[in-house]
This record gives sequence, structure tokens and C-alpha cells, in this order.
Amino acid sequence: AKNGIIVLKRPLGTSSDSNSDSDEEEDSMSEGEMARLMEEVEEKKKLIATIRNKPWRMKRRLVLLREAQQFVDKFEGALGKGKGRKWYAYKVMMTKKWIKFQRDFENFRTACIPWERKIKEVESHFGSSVASYFIFLRWMYGMNLVLFGLTFGLVVMPEVLMGLPYGSIPRKTVPRAEQDTAQDYSVLMDFNGYCKYSVLFYGYYNNQRTIGLLKFRLPLAYLMVGLGTFGYSLMLVIRTMAKNADVGGGDGDEGEFTFAWKMFTSWDYLIGNAETADNKYASITTSFKESIVDEQENQKDENIHLRRFLRVLANFLITCSLGGSGYLIYFVVKRSQEFANRDDLSWYEKNELELIMSLLGLVCPPLFETIAELEDYHPRIALKWQLGRIFALFLGNLYTFLFALFDEVNTKLEEEGSIKNASIWAMKEYYANFSLPVNDSDATPPPMDPGDVILGPCWETAVGIEFVKLTVSDIQVTYLTILIGDFARAVIVRFLNYCWCWDLEAGFPSYGEFDISGNVLGLVFNQGMIWMGAFYAPGLVGINVLRLLSSMYYQCWAVMATNVPHERVFKASKSNNFYMGLLLLVLFLSLLPVVYTIMSLPPSFDCGPFSGKEKMFDVIMETIDLDLPAFMGTLFSYAANPGLIIPAVLLMVLAIYYLNSTSEAYQNANMELKKKMQMVSKRICGVPSDEDFNQEEPKKQHRQHQPGDEGPGGPAAQSLPGPARPAGAWLVSSRASCRCGTPETGTDQPPALSLWSEQRNPRSLKENRPRPEAEPPGRVLTCRKT
Amino acid sequence: LRLFYRYRDLAPQLVPLDYTKEPDVKLPYELIGSMPELKDNPFRQRIAEVFSEDGEGNMSLDDFLDMFSVLSEMAPRDLKAYYAFKIYDFNNDDFLCKSDLEKTLSKLTRGELSEDEVKMVCEKVMDEADMDNDGRLSLEDFQHMIVRAPDFLSTFHIRI
Repeated sequence: AKNGIIVLKRPLGTSSDSNSDSDEEEDSMSEGEMARLMEEVEEKKKLIATIRNKPWRMKRRLVLLREAQQFVDKFEGALGKGKGRKWYAYKVMMTKKWIKFQRDFENFRTACIPWERKIKEVESHFGSSVASYFIFLRWMYGMNLVLFGLTFGLVVMPEVLMGLPYGSIPRKTVPRAEQDTAQDYSVLMDFNGYCKYSVLFYGYYNNQRTIGLLKFRLPLAYLMVGLGTFGYSLMLVIRTMAKNADVGGGDGDEGEFTFAWKMFTSWDYLIGNAETADNKYASITTSFKESIVDEQENQKDENIHLRRFLRVLANFLITCSLGGSGYLIYFVVKRSQEFANRDDLSWYEKNELELIMSLLGLVCPPLFETIAELEDYHPRIALKWQLGRIFALFLGNLYTFLFALFDEVNTKLEEEGSIKNASIWAMKEYYANFSLPVNDSDATPPPMDPGDVILGPCWETAVGIEFVKLTVSDIQVTYLTILIGDFARAVIVRFLNYCWCWDLEAGFPSYGEFDISGNVLGLVFNQGMIWMGAFYAPGLVGINVLRLLSSMYYQCWAVMATNVPHERVFKASKSNNFYMGLLLLVLFLSLLPVVYTIMSLPPSFDCGPFSGKEKMFDVIMETIDLDLPAFMGTLFSYAANPGLIIPAVLLMVLAIYYLNSTSEAYQNANMELKKKMQMVSKRICGVPSDEDFNQEEPKKQHRQHQPGDEGPGGPAAQSLPGPARPAGAWLVSSRASCRCGTPETGTDQPPALSLWSEQRNPRSLKENRPRPEAEPPGRVLTCRKT
Repeated sequence: LRLFYRYRDLAPQLVPLDYTKEPDVKLPYELIGSMPELKDNPFRQRIAEVFSEDGEGNMSLDDFLDMFSVLSEMAPRDLKAYYAFKIYDFNNDDFLCKSDLEKTLSKLTRGELSEDEVKMVCEKVMDEADMDNDGRLSLEDFQHMIVRAPDFLSTFHIRI
């Protein structure tokens, strides 16, 4: 629609450039006229800016727009005074050109958004909740693309282009012992062999301070990109959350308008498919019937003790299973460590860890759901519990995995010490053996063949390998589940239906529905793993980008071909921020291990860009010392002083506290205003108590002010006084269009005294009141004494 | 521009390519109602009537643009609320009275609910939303109620 409006403006609008030939006229204008003119121009400009928001007919809008534009053009150039005039006109023209450029750029940007058609198709078939998953996927894809660009451009490319090639130094070469098997498919699938010694992993990168002609500081870039990944993701997530919170609107009481909302907002205008429309009708009908039944029946807890006992039992069972899964993972990781020492492993044993983790992720959620049936909660609450439990499951799994991994890292570190000695020893031996046959002691022996040098166990690469394997197996399991769970099921149901006893399509198993929450959580946790592993395996982000891309097409196809729309109305509108919040939490949790390793674990001595240093962030220290001017070094050393940092932290804590308390105060003020509005609108125009009287007055004028008061203000202004009701004097004295009274009623009527408290249930209030019919206009209302 | 082509596609022989002379072309309701985005919508008749100038559902290009701009995702909430009110107001009296509500409900459920249920739901809606207690919903009541709805923006939206 925006395109349409813009296009129309161009042929029909007359936006000529400011004419400077009206110079002669301005000289005669006085100051006052100038000021007035400026005001008018400003007003017209504002009109042009807001014209889209007014609910007028298109024609009227266009006519007004044209008028306003002509007016602005004619007089704007005239407003510049004297010598400044030409400059002013020039400025105005540049502003206009800038605005036009911005508009064009916006158009271009909207046209560039990928997959718009696809998502629209899914939306029209399945409604907006399923489509929200795909929109989320698209957003993730965008974020990963940027991260990939960063990593690729700043870390991988320089190393490939300007660093030393494969085979030149020990860390980049496959050790001689492994060289025979390095190209085997099975070894490659494990990410050993050639994969291990490639750009994909941490161990490949050289620790030279600067490489190539441009003196590109690779180690510094590596660290910065790693931290920048987190920073960028954090910024993006928070920005999206803020945007979502804005759109979400205020949170009214949930039960306040159930029926009204059901009636007016349940139809999804996006639906463009007959089958979905049928489903939607059915679900709307069902939902109405449910709410009616809810209303009519008086829910009384028959047996509150039984219910409590069942809930406790369910929670206990679930905690047990969570603990069980955590222990299982720990056990499997330990086993995989033992396996690492053996050589003859079956495929299952090699990939056991990843398989178990993915299977747990598959099996446990339905298990939780079945156990949750015991609890008998309201569906929305049950969903929240379910999501919380799945979250706990994934979290527990991930962290157990991490702890086990850390155990491994520590053992590797110990091993390193001994290997360091061994390799130095081997080097010395090699030189000693070499110089024997040569009598010329001046000749320098050639360096040892890189394949022979004993390499330390590069723990970072090992960690990177683990993460990559985990991600890959996660991808495989997801795709397989879709293939089997949805596609095969659909095929079976479709074709076996002809020769089966009961109706497969209507009863069990029927077609699958699209599991939104499961998929979103899977996506969120996948992203968490990427964040954790990206520091140790720069290639991981690239793998993820490919995965998201293929996932988009694959899942779109799967959804259209094998799933049916949900039977129940899925009200997922508030969950947008919920998933973002989850993402934020996962981001923080995945930040922790990486930061911990950067700060405290020593890097491997012979692989990766930080080899040889005490701690990884020593690179920053080095850069500050050597590259930046001297005073910056002293500046940083002052800034790092604890005496400065602690007050800064205190200041931030105080700021957070202050902002928190002001926001609470605003919320309270909001609640007060809301309550007042409700009180005013639901109360019969009768007698308030004294304090209500004092409070009502300022609010009355406030209440009737509605947006869009120019055009549709019409109906409101002509609104007629409604039913016969006692008119309070104070109510009459305020705005004439108040429905409760007419201006004729004098102020001399003594109000009847019936005091109502604020907390009175509005429903019972209405029941007591007789239901009035619409009165003809102009009737004088009398005050009734109750 | 895309919208213009969609409009034209509905009746290529009636709509000229050149709009600078501002021809007075209106597409009849049947064509509008058969657009894929609208054909499953139970309120398509009302939508067309609200946005068309003559109130019959015959729309010119301007009306067409109007309609889709209001229903797009960039339209502000109040604007949408205003037009939603007009759509649901079947008898065009600027109020949503009981019969309007009943008609809305029957269109939504395609007549699946019984008489009593329909009456009950309409009463409940009136109870909840009617602020000034005059037995019908005015624009303010409607707006007051609908801007609180969490999914109003996302459902009252057509992507084109």
C-alpha cells in the first residue's frame, strides 16, 4: 500500500522546487507576517507528515495534500531573509532530495526482504502463529549472516589469503601418524583428519602478531571478533525486544474483554485458503462454545487435596526425569572420553554423545506433556509450564555437557605439560641426529618436517570439534524427524487409508500439526550452541548459515505438504517477546563459558592465535603496549585500576535501581488512571462520595478526548443523551456530550446519597440497574433518588 | 505500484494503464470479492461497502488503495480501529447495536451456534464493552475495547 500511495503522489502531486522568483514580494513582508507565515507553513508540513494517519477518503487526502504542498512550496522559499535566502532555498531543496532518497531506499529495502511470498503462503494456510515461527527463522538467518560476514571477513579470509599455507608449520599439518587415514570419509565426518587442520577450527590459526603486507593483526582480530559476536547479538536482540514491547500495547486485564475480543479479533484476515477458513470457522465456534460453557458453569474445585497431590506427584516425576537425563549425559560424556583412547570404534560409539543428546531432546517433551495431564491446569498455564520444563531440560543437558567438556579440557591441559617437554626433547634429538652426518658445523640444519613434530593436544580445537559435531547431529536429527514424523506419517495416512479399518485421517494418527514451540525452542538452543562454539570453531557460523537457509526451504515445504492447520485457536501474540527473552537468556548463558575460558584458562602452547601467551587477553595488553601511543597505555592502566572500576559499578547499580523505581512509579500512576477511567465509565451517574467528587473532575475532560477528532468526531459530537438515569449535578457541568445528562438539568438538584465503593463489582452493578432503552433526544432527565 | 497492477489484473479491459487523466473507473463488487485475499473472508462484503464511495461495493482505484493501506501492517492502530468499527456496523448507523453484533457472530460461526448461545454472547459483549450503558457500542466504546486487544493488529491485517 505504501508503494501505491507513493506512486500516486508522483504523477498527481505537484512538488515543484521552491521558486526563487518571488523575491520581490518578500521585501514588503513585515516581521509579524513572516512569523505567521512560518507557522502556517509548519502546520501544513505537519499535515503532510500525518496525512496517512487520518481516516479520510483517498480523494480528500490527495486534494488536501496537493494544496498543502503547493502552499509550502510557494512560501517556503520566501521565508529566508535577505542574503540567507539563497542558502535557505538550497537547504530546503537538499532536505527534499534527502527525504526522497530515504523513501526510495525504504522501498528498495522492503523489496529486498527475502521469502516474503513463501511466508505469505504459509500464513494464508496456517494463520499468523505458524508464520511467526518462519518470521523468527528469517530474523535468525539475518543475524547469522551478519555474524558470518564478520567472522569470515575479519578472521578467515586474512588467514587464508595472507597467512602461511597448509603444511608449512606444525599446527597446520596433519601429523605423520594420521596422514594415511586423513582423507577417509569416516575420519572427515568426525571432523578429524584434514578437517581438523583447516580454517574451520581454532588450531589452524597462526600466532604471528601481524601478517601480510597490511600488517593485519590476526590474533587481536580473532579476539575482537569473538567478543564482537556477542556484543552484536546482544544489541540486536535487545533492539528487537524493545520494538516488540512497543507494538504489544498495554496489558489490559486478561479477563476484561474476553467475549468482545473473541468476536472482533478472532478472524484472521490473512487467511486466503478455503480449507483453513473452514478450520477457522470451526475453531471460532468451538472457542465460543467453550467460553459459554466456562461462563455458565461454576467452577468449584471438587477435591482440592487430590489436585494438589497430583500436582506434587507430577512435579516430582518431572524432576526425576530431568535429573535422570542430566546424569545420562554425564555418563555418556565420560564414556566418550574413554572411547577417545581406543581406536576401534563403531559408528554408534563415536557419535553416542550427540545422539543421546538429540534423542533426549526428542523424547522428553512429549513425556512431560503426558505427565502434565495429571496436573489439570488451564491450557495457557499448562503451556507455560511445558515450555519452562523443556527449557530446563535443554539447559541442564547443555551445562552437563559443558562440565564434562571442561573435565576433558583440564586433562588435556595436564597432558600438555608432558607433551611440551616431549616435543622439545624430540626436537633436540632431531638436531643432534642431523648434525652428525654433516661435518660442516656452520651449516644450519633444515627445519624438521612439520609432519613429524609432536603436536600438543589442542584443547580448543577439541572443544570446537565437539560443538561442530553436536550441531551437525542436531541438524541431522531435526531433518530426520521431519522426514519421518511428518512426511512418512502423511504418506502412510494418505495411502493406507484406503485399506484400513478405521479412518486414519480423522482419528489416530492423522496428519501432524506444526509444533511451534518445540521448533522455536530448538532454534533458540541451536543458536546458543553456535554462540558458544563460534569462538573455538570459526567455521561453525558458516555451517549454521547454510543450515538455516536449507531449513527455511525444507520446513516451508514440509509444512505445506504434510501438516494441517491447528484445530485450536492458538493465541501466541504475547509470546513474541517471550521467545526473544529466552534468546537473551541463552545468549548470556552461552557467554559465560566463553568469557571464563578467555579469562582464566591458558591457551595451548602450540596451536591457535594465542599460543605462547599466558592468557588469551594478553593480546590486548600487547597491542596497547606496542601499537598505541604511550599515553593510551597509561590511560588504560588507570582505567583498569580497581579503585576506579568499583565506583563505576556502584554507579551503574544505583542507576538501575533508580530507573527501576521510576518505572514502577509510572506503572502505578498508569494503574490509577486506568482505575479512574473505569470508575467513571462504569459508574452510574449517581452520587459519588466526597473523595470521588474531588477526583472525578479533572478526569472527566480527559476521558472524552479521543484520537481522530476531526472526521469521525462527528458521531461523538452528535451523541445523544441515553437512557433515563439520575443525573448528578457535577457530571452535568462538564462536557456537554457526556452521555449521562443533558445541559438543561440544573445544578440545583440535590444529589441522592448512595455511596458506592470503588471495588464494587461492575457486573452486579449492572444487574441492579434496570436495563434502559434508547431515549429520544432532548429529554430532560431528572435525578432519581435511590 | 504493485497494488495498481493487482487492481488492473482484476479487470484488464476496464482499467486503463494511464491514470494521469483521472478516469472514473469503478470495479464492481463481484470482482473485488473474488480476489484471493478476500474471497474467504466472511466480512468481504462489508469491507468493500465501507471503502467504496457509493456504499455498494464498487471500488475505484483510490478506494482500492485506501482499503489495502488501512489493512496493511503499517497503518496505525487507531485508524484500523476506526475502520473496523465501520465494517462491523452493518446498518451504518454509527453504532454497533445488538443486531449488528448478532450478524457479526453469525458470519463468524456460519450459523453454527444456537439462538440462545448467540443471544448470550451478544449480551456478554454488550456488557463488557458498553461504557456509557446505552445498549449499543459507540466508536469510543469500540476503540477503548479494541486498542487493548493484543492480537487486533495482527489479525486485522492483509498482506499483499
